[in-house]
Amino acid sequence: MTNARVGIIGIGQSEFKARREDANYPELVREAVALALKNAGRELDDMEAVVYSLAPDALLGIGNAERLGVDAVGARNKRFMRINTGGATGLSSVAVAHSHVASGACDIVLAAGGDKVGESGDSQTILNKIWDPTYERQLPLGTITMLAMSAVRAMHKYGLTEEDMARVTVKNRANASLNPKAHLRKKVTIEDVFASRYIAWPIKLLDACPQSSGGCAVVLASERYIKENRLEAVWITGVAHCSESYFIGDRMGNNYVADHADAHALGESFERSYRMAGIKDPAKEVHVAELYAPFSNTEFHAVEAAGLAPIGKSMAMLREGQFHIGSRTAVNPSGGTLCTNAIAVSAMVRVAEAALQVWGRAGAHQQPGAKIAAASGNGGDHQFFGTMVIEA
Amino acid sequence: MELLTRRESWNIGYEHALGETASWFFVQVRDHAKIYGRRCPKSGRVLVPPRSFSDQTLEPTTEWVEVGPGGRIETFTIVCEPFKTLPDPPYAFGYVLLDRADTALGGYFRGIDLSDPSKAAEKLKIGTRVVTRFAERRTGDVLDFWFELENVERATVGWQ
Repeated sequence: MTNARVGIIGIGQSEFKARREDANYPELVREAVALALKNAGRELDDMEAVVYSLAPDALLGIGNAERLGVDAVGARNKRFMRINTGGATGLSSVAVAHSHVASGACDIVLAAGGDKVGESGDSQTILNKIWDPTYERQLPLGTITMLAMSAVRAMHKYGLTEEDMARVTVKNRANASLNPKAHLRKKVTIEDVFASRYIAWPIKLLDACPQSSGGCAVVLASERYIKENRLEAVWITGVAHCSESYFIGDRMGNNYVADHADAHALGESFERSYRMAGIKDPAKEVHVAELYAPFSNTEFHAVEAAGLAPIGKSMAMLREGQFHIGSRTAVNPSGGTLCTNAIAVSAMVRVAEAALQVWGRAGAHQQPGAKIAAASGNGGDHQFFGTMVIEA
Repeated sequence: MELLTRRESWNIGYEHALGETASWFFVQVRDHAKIYGRRCPKSGRVLVPPRSFSDQTLEPTTEWVEVGPGGRIETFTIVCEPFKTLPDPPYAFGYVLLDRADTALGGYFRGIDLSDPSKAAEKLKIGTRVVTRFAERRTGDVLDFWFELENVERATVGWQ
């Protein structure tokens, strides 16, 4: 691994809402870019490369929308590429920006994107199309049903209950109520979650993320550039990805490698990023984690994959008060993907929020004294995972 | 100020090639009401649905193995919400490990009262034995078959 560090010097997040009638797609991306550049104290002309964060086109309804977005990020005459790893896209985009800097190819790079999932409001129909048309699309699989089936296996294997799931929603909604950028900011109770209708058993409406519109941008720079320009930064000390094979039915049955109850490849990715960052005991060393979890049940396997709880034990730890702001490791103090999901940038928001935490700039949802943060993104059919460690 | 929107929709048709392996599989489903997997020569695992190569060993699969019609539930969900272009709820589907298979096959669960999803979930518990049923008129598709509880006499909920 290279010794030259890569820092985050600017963060921009729009306010996330169901719809943004006042801004079309490139205008929304431009808004996040302007916020990030202002935060970094840099000009668009300073950026040497732009990594464009854009998940499946149909969520937005514009084919290869990076063609339109290129102007919003000021990439004319610059290195420019689009990244798409589904829900992990935002984190993967920052990882690619990191590679541009760590390789020595660039000193300062912008990662940016946006999404308007609310404009179709039909994400499950669109996400059904990510499944194989030969054997599986007809069923009809979608991301909710895929992860409901993960919950069913976790119930069987570890005794996950609907009350455990509701407890995640209650925690994350309370956190989101402290975060002015979050989409769903209304606090709820366990009773509220139980009173909400089933979408795909055991996932109820309040166990599920919203379809959000908004943008996010992050500016990365080399340690040399940061020092020469006397900039403030937090540091990406670990970065990794890991993928899982496609067929969900292979994650069960006989002699499988990964169980669909868990997030096996996410765990592998975390091990890689912790190794790079020199973190040996994440449960003790990581103060805050922003983990991609679009449904309440999936926060448990994400927490376990992040090494913050033994496999199957995270539900009991949450019941005992762990993972709240102020506990040893706060999980999703921003409210997480459960409260805000603009899919193309959701995993970038995880990185941005992790950075804000170790910077001490998270405001009302700050984890006190946070110096080491973990972030993750999940994409595809519970298949493409990216992770980062960010330190003050 | 007055803010306007424009309505757009995507409706694009495709004729997807299934390839030799899936074509043979669906012909057996259509013409003989039988389900087959493919064995990986390296691991010995029988992959269902059948694939021409193993995604674990990357070896070409070499042998057709008839699987089912019995099996056990590996996971399920019960969908209660309507989604545009998807079937009307409620419906239950999930994955079943068919007898002699090593990986689980996706399909619908039918013949279970889904009016109370939590009660239906009790009937669909992981490990529950099911049997594969075939439609009378089959087209060569995953929707030609579905799974029903094997021990119907012991099912206490009503039939749809």
